Amino acid sequence: MRYGISRISLVAIVAVVLVSAGVGYYIINSQQVTPVSITAGGASFPYPLITKWISEYNKLYPHIQISYQSVGSGAGISNLFSKTFDFAGSDATLTDAQLANYSVLHIPETMGGVVVSYNIPGVGSGLKLTADVIAKIFQGNITKWNDPEIISLNPSLNLPDKNIVVVRRSDSSGTTFVFTNYLKNASSFWKLGSGTSVNWPVGIGAPQNSGVASTLLQTPYSIGYLEFFYAHNNSIPYASIQNKDGQFVQPSLQTISNAAKAGAALLTNDVRTPIVNLPGKDVYPIAAFTYILIYKDLSYMDFNKAKAIVNFIWWIIHDGQNYSESLLYPKLPTEVVKIGESLLKQVTCQGKPIL
Amino acid sequence: MNYKSNSFFEKLFKSTLKIAALIVIGIFILLFYSLVERSIPSLSQNGLEILLGTSWDPNFEIFGGAPAILGTLFSSAIALVFALPISLCIAIFYTEYGPVRLRPFISGVMDLLAAIPSVIYGIWGLWTLSPILKINFQEPIIASIGFIPLFSGPAYGLSIFLASLILTIMITPIISSISIDIFSKTPMPLREGMFALGATKWEVIKNVVFPFAKRGVFAATILGLGRALGETMAVTMVIGNSYIWPFKSISLFSSASTITSKIASEFPESVVNIIHNSSLISLALVLLLISISINFVAEIISKKSAGRLNV
Repeated sequence: MRYGISRISLVAIVAVVLVSAGVGYYIINSQQVTPVSITAGGASFPYPLITKWISEYNKLYPHIQISYQSVGSGAGISNLFSKTFDFAGSDATLTDAQLANYSVLHIPETMGGVVVSYNIPGVGSGLKLTADVIAKIFQGNITKWNDPEIISLNPSLNLPDKNIVVVRRSDSSGTTFVFTNYLKNASSFWKLGSGTSVNWPVGIGAPQNSGVASTLLQTPYSIGYLEFFYAHNNSIPYASIQNKDGQFVQPSLQTISNAAKAGAALLTNDVRTPIVNLPGKDVYPIAAFTYILIYKDLSYMDFNKAKAIVNFIWWIIHDGQNYSESLLYPKLPTEVVKIGESLLKQVTCQGKPIL
Repeated sequence: MNYKSNSFFEKLFKSTLKIAALIVIGIFILLFYSLVERSIPSLSQNGLEILLGTSWDPNFEIFGGAPAILGTLFSSAIALVFALPISLCIAIFYTEYGPVRLRPFISGVMDLLAAIPSVIYGIWGLWTLSPILKINFQEPIIASIGFIPLFSGPAYGLSIFLASLILTIMITPIISSISIDIFSKTPMPLREGMFALGATKWEVIKNVVFPFAKRGVFAATILGLGRALGETMAVTMVIGNSYIWPFKSISLFSSASTITSKIASEFPESVVNIIHNSSLISLALVLLLISISINFVAEIISKKSAGRLNV
């Protein structure tokens, strides 16, 4: 025998392994309740965190299978409307008109901050900007790095006589929405409105946060806006931004989370209220929640499944938050978790509340 | 009996072929129908703005497609202007001048280039070509003749010029490898006859190879143009995706958009706004109509030249 083991014994070993695996699987599974499979999808921003949540939750409750497809907020919403997704992730909130047709709850799952990143050779970190200056740069009213308005904010930096290359998103995105929403709120110079894509008068567009990050990295004298962790992970410097109290605040997990705390009172009326440009000493002004969207009435699915979904979301806003900071997402402050709790308690299935 | 079963299989074979042909036509009609149907919301609200409008602002429901349409036509045209002479040179070198031992190498590289996925050309353009071009080409040109609007700054690297260049690199292997095939099918007797009369190599190429290959090269060009018009991934990565060109700046170094880059960038998030979504589909319809008309014109031209040459 050349291989040491005969074919028959090989077959026998494989058969024994397969059978024992099958028996083992049966024993483990027979102790569990019926398996539940949940399909969800939407925003790509929270995708890394949601993937982490799903795998951790699966360790606790192996019979619940959850899949989340990172297809973008817009696609998430339309799939929720068509009931292809059991719940959707979205950076954008529904309009009043959409809410009139679809009774959907917005549950804040985590949050993010948008930072203004730059690549100026010879200038490291420490750039300070105000909303007015950012608005003027992104609209093409300020075109040079040594513009008096920038220099007066940064007297200690050696800003060069170079053209500013504006880099922004080419695709429609929640990041653009938060950024333009902030400028609309904070600066009277901003004329482009707010939305997931706006009609940029200058600069170059790159796809996705990763595209903007790589374009910034390889384009000297550029400026762009990014989700906090893309700037942080790629070590691209980001500016301190003047908040409503006149303080220049460096973005960090803490200062972004402060924005949620500052906005909690507003959220009790309408959870969709933007949390940009809020007052407070250490509040970073460009922050936003990303939401889980779920129907208020889950009667279109069976009770077991509805319960599994609501339990999962409950776990996300409580235990799940412990995984946030290691992945560079700010933790939801307790005030916001409370709001999420009260929203989840409104979910019903076949006339009965689930929680 | 034998004859009968033969004719049965003959019929079966024939109808299978017929069905296959009908499927193609069916798919086209279905495609065309759904594009038209889903364009209607945009066309009925904004009319011909999708063709003529110069501004695109989903927040205010303004959807003008002219810069994207012109971006598609212009970048493809420039690519063709660059790629055609280069391809012809490659094909002539390969069939007439190049050493025979080198041929498998050249054609191997050509096939390899044609088979590289477009996203790889895009990454290469974005990461490698763009900075090189910006520092060594765009910046010196802008510094010296930047006062001419066509070459005005600032230099971004990513631009309609870079997109045209990437398209050139992508379609050159297609046009040249087909041209090589056609050139090498020049009838030997004609060629040998010319040489016997004392013609130089260039005269043979000019009087025998070219006239004989004209139609085939034309077809290869149209094929290359088709690829350039429809190219999405690579172009989206290198064109800069702005609406500045050609109405706010006609500079070749300005960032721009094409129909396909617009659709690729905005389609996923457009589903929540019917008019936005429908406007993107109208742009797709425009692209389809452009391709159809180019094929149609090409057909007419090649028929005419066939009549004249009597080939």
